[in-house]
Amino acid sequence: MLTIAGTEFSSRLFLGTGKFSSSAVMAEAIAASACQMVTVALRRVDLQNPDDDIMKALGQREYTFLPNTSGARNAEEAIRLANLARAACGSCWLKLEVTPDPRTLLPDPIETLRATEKLVKDGFIVLPYMNADPILALKLQDAGAAAVMPLGSPIGTNQGVLTDFQIEIIIEQARVPVVVDAGIGAPSHAAYAMEMGADAVLVNTAISVAGDPVAMAAAFAKAVEAGRSAFEAGMGQRSKQASASSPETGNLSSNLEFLS
Amino acid sequence: MNITLNGKQKDLPSSQTLTQLLADLELPAKTIVVELNTIIIQPDSYEKTKLSEGDQVEIIRFVGGG
Amino acid sequence: MFQPPDFKQLSKQILCYTTADVEKALSCQRPDLHDIGALLSPAAEPYLQQMAKLSSEITLNRFGKTTQLYAPIYLSNYCTNRCVYCGFSADNHIKRKCLTLDEAEKEAEILHERGFQHILLVSGEAENAVNIDYMEAIAIRLRDKFAAVSIEIQPLSTEDYHRLFLAGITAVAVYQETYNRDLYKKVHLSGKKSDYDYRLKTPARAAAAGMREVGIGPLLGLSDWRAEGLSIAYHLHWLRKQFWSTAFTVSFPRMRPATGEFEPLQPVSERNLSQLIFALRLFDPDVGLLVSTREEARYRDGMIGLGPTRYSAGSCTAPGGYGNSDSEGEQFSVGDNRTLEEVCEAIREKGFDPVYKDWDSEFQHTA
Repeated sequence: MLTIAGTEFSSRLFLGTGKFSSSAVMAEAIAASACQMVTVALRRVDLQNPDDDIMKALGQREYTFLPNTSGARNAEEAIRLANLARAACGSCWLKLEVTPDPRTLLPDPIETLRATEKLVKDGFIVLPYMNADPILALKLQDAGAAAVMPLGSPIGTNQGVLTDFQIEIIIEQARVPVVVDAGIGAPSHAAYAMEMGADAVLVNTAISVAGDPVAMAAAFAKAVEAGRSAFEAGMGQRSKQASASSPETGNLSSNLEFLS
Repeated sequence: MNITLNGKQKDLPSSQTLTQLLADLELPAKTIVVELNTIIIQPDSYEKTKLSEGDQVEIIRFVGGG
Repeated sequence: MFQPPDFKQLSKQILCYTTADVEKALSCQRPDLHDIGALLSPAAEPYLQQMAKLSSEITLNRFGKTTQLYAPIYLSNYCTNRCVYCGFSADNHIKRKCLTLDEAEKEAEILHERGFQHILLVSGEAENAVNIDYMEAIAIRLRDKFAAVSIEIQPLSTEDYHRLFLAGITAVAVYQETYNRDLYKKVHLSGKKSDYDYRLKTPARAAAAGMREVGIGPLLGLSDWRAEGLSIAYHLHWLRKQFWSTAFTVSFPRMRPATGEFEPLQPVSERNLSQLIFALRLFDPDVGLLVSTREEARYRDGMIGLGPTRYSAGSCTAPGGYGNSDSEGEQFSVGDNRTLEEVCEAIREKGFDPVYKDWDSEFQHTA
């Protein structure tokens, strides 16, 4: 069972709620994914359309809401959004996103670390979205992040886990859960992240823009479960060389004849 | 009097409260959060919060996002 | 805080590994805590050659064709502990000596002239002989002369370790001796060292104080070496998770039967020691592995490049022994009596570069 900040999650698939064609499809897709954590964003109310309320669409089921700070360009903006999110839902969970470059939407490591330090002190449960930088992951963990969310590839690109080499190091070193976020474009990408030992994955675009988002959500749920089971079963290692199946003896450079 | 509401100018009768403003906009108080001049106003203070000329009001809610 | 798994359970677990477990551990890119159990098991013994090959490949990759060198300076053999295996034990009637600051500096000067850049300050555990003020004063005197000054003295508090760090100490070695809790009680009869848990928590305090490097290790010969090795792996794994910016080393002091000295309770052979070193190298490519002059020249030369990264050389284990070769009261007798130059020559003959320092404490930022 995955535990983040004392809360248990039986599903290791987290869903983003953006870019769906309608609230109804979104709600159905979330139900099909069996996920227990959904991200939401904060925006100004559309005063022309006051009834457009995502919480109403999501309301029937029990989820942990993970408000994000999308749109924040620096730590101060993120902290302001974090406080608004807490006031809006009364929960301290937060996906911290600080993305100063509107083109790539890559996260700013320095501002993210600054904001994490402050928000943890203010009592938030902070899950920072970050580039797959192992040292940054450790510093965010030391600053009190409840989990780290390294990106697989830039957000919305569907390119999969291009940062696998770095994510493997993060998974090996971190004390907190590692949630691979962003860039996961296919169930196989999610399975791959889980096989590596990621604690969870967060998926949005790949589901919301699929031909049939509900069916795709179900496919992701299976992939995440399969990947996790494979990890727990203990994967065989890839190797470029064939390996002899009986012990080698003699004539090796590492000669042990000196042993008494 | 004039206030800025979600970035747009809005003309309001003077000394209107936040409760009245939200009712006029047909917004349920439950799922939104109000920031007045960058300070978050708790729902139980809407009634006693009177708006004044030049106030910046932001009304925010959750939307879909990843 | 770290607690190793039950020692007897580990001992039993290790006997259950099969050939298939060993082959799996050898074929995976990064053996985990389960795999290293297999590599330490009797089932892995026929694979020693293969382990040596893998270990040497990893070591070469990570550390290059180098062997680091250091020498110990014994500051004092006063000790308030009664440890049945140790020459310094309070029960032993040996000539006791604690070097004055001037004497210690003189010993250091001799090592400096011999070419050493890295020294290890060692003492018995006696507050009234070697305490924090004494250590701080020595550190300040020696820090400009050496690239690295490590200590192996009684466990200190985090605050005191930090004080020594500020004074120029770069590394702390503190050995659990045995992770077998029951045996620990039996061999540490009295003194502060008889508190198993206090000692177990010491490496974490040293790391928390900012030390660049922390060394741990079992005293081989006290208990089941396989379970000691697995316990070390658990300890190392935990320390790495908690203190990711600290470098860690493991030492393998091995007791051997010798007249008049403590008889090992469970003797460890050279093959055993090698298996332990290779297994740890496969488990942790980055950990520094130390082999001291307790081992014989033949063994140390043979192991160059196969896993160990650091050797002591030209060591004397009695206080004042470098300046006065008649000094008495040594901690253990040395198995490799060669001078630094002779050890360097042996290292070069193997095609390796003897390295006197890999860090300059000059750069240690202590703000």
